[in-house]
Amino acid sequence: MMEHAHHHEEHDPSMPLEYQSEIGRLNILGFWIFLGAEIALFATLFATYFVLAPMTADGPLPTDLFKVEGVLIMTFLLLTSSFTCGLAIHELRRHNQKGVMLWTIITLVLGLGFIGFEIYEFVEYIHHGATMQSSAMWSGFFILAGTHGLHVTLGIVWITFILIQVKKRGLTPQTSAKLFISSLYWHFLDVIWIFIFTGVYLLLMMGGLSPHG
Amino acid sequence: MANSQQKSVQGIDHNHFPWSHVIGFASSIILTLIALWIGLYTNFALSVKIAVVFTLAFIQAGIQLFMFMHMTESSSGRVQVINTVFAVFVAVVTVLGSVWVMNDH
Repeated sequence: MMEHAHHHEEHDPSMPLEYQSEIGRLNILGFWIFLGAEIALFATLFATYFVLAPMTADGPLPTDLFKVEGVLIMTFLLLTSSFTCGLAIHELRRHNQKGVMLWTIITLVLGLGFIGFEIYEFVEYIHHGATMQSSAMWSGFFILAGTHGLHVTLGIVWITFILIQVKKRGLTPQTSAKLFISSLYWHFLDVIWIFIFTGVYLLLMMGGLSPHG
Repeated sequence: MANSQQKSVQGIDHNHFPWSHVIGFASSIILTLIALWIGLYTNFALSVKIAVVFTLAFIQAGIQLFMFMHMTESSSGRVQVINTVFAVFVAVVTVLGSVWVMNDH
């Protein structure tokens, strides 16, 4: 298994591949710091949305447009993709490249399903007159959900390139660290979606943040 | 580039069924459905519902961080946890602070 590794690094076979190179360890730590900044970024978008949510002006009411089924399908697609992404890392730690490729591809397909559904929902909303310009509420909504959707889209592109590299170079300390970091990113996007599901869709559907005059 | 801190990640045996992932996944689905049920199909006061569904969301976030993202592992586990806790603190202050200040009653 170790033939793939760089010769100037020392290896402890008991340690997962992604932690074996110093650069791998530092990149993983650095990515956790980056995720801290991402949490702050999304916090500002959530704050904006919560403040603007009652301001529906003459635009359509979100309670008329949000549907439980659509939101649940998106939620289950993303929750499942987070699970399969975890299984890919489980296979990574068993040094099983085929398993990594398989579960990561399934993760990406589920991610594409999520994005497809989100685009479909957005088009539905726009069709019913809810656009960025229709009210402060919809501006806040599209910015928050759209930033998340953009993150998922970028993740799909990024992880596709990592998979191509794994296919070419195998599971080395370098490619393993990249796989692990991309899994952190993917799970993080699921965390953000949990809060969009709860704070945006569920909160409005149960009668919170109702419009004031 | 000698490896100086390799002792910190324990050599866990990974040749087993991924139970923690399956449990984490099942919990996420169940917590989502409980939140949905409490939010839409019960008669609790709105403030109670809001408190419950957000608590469930934070529990789900914890499941992702600990069971899927392995936040506490590696030599930098402690730094990762402190950084994330601080980021969550900033997030909660940003969101609750904005809602509180901008609330018009």
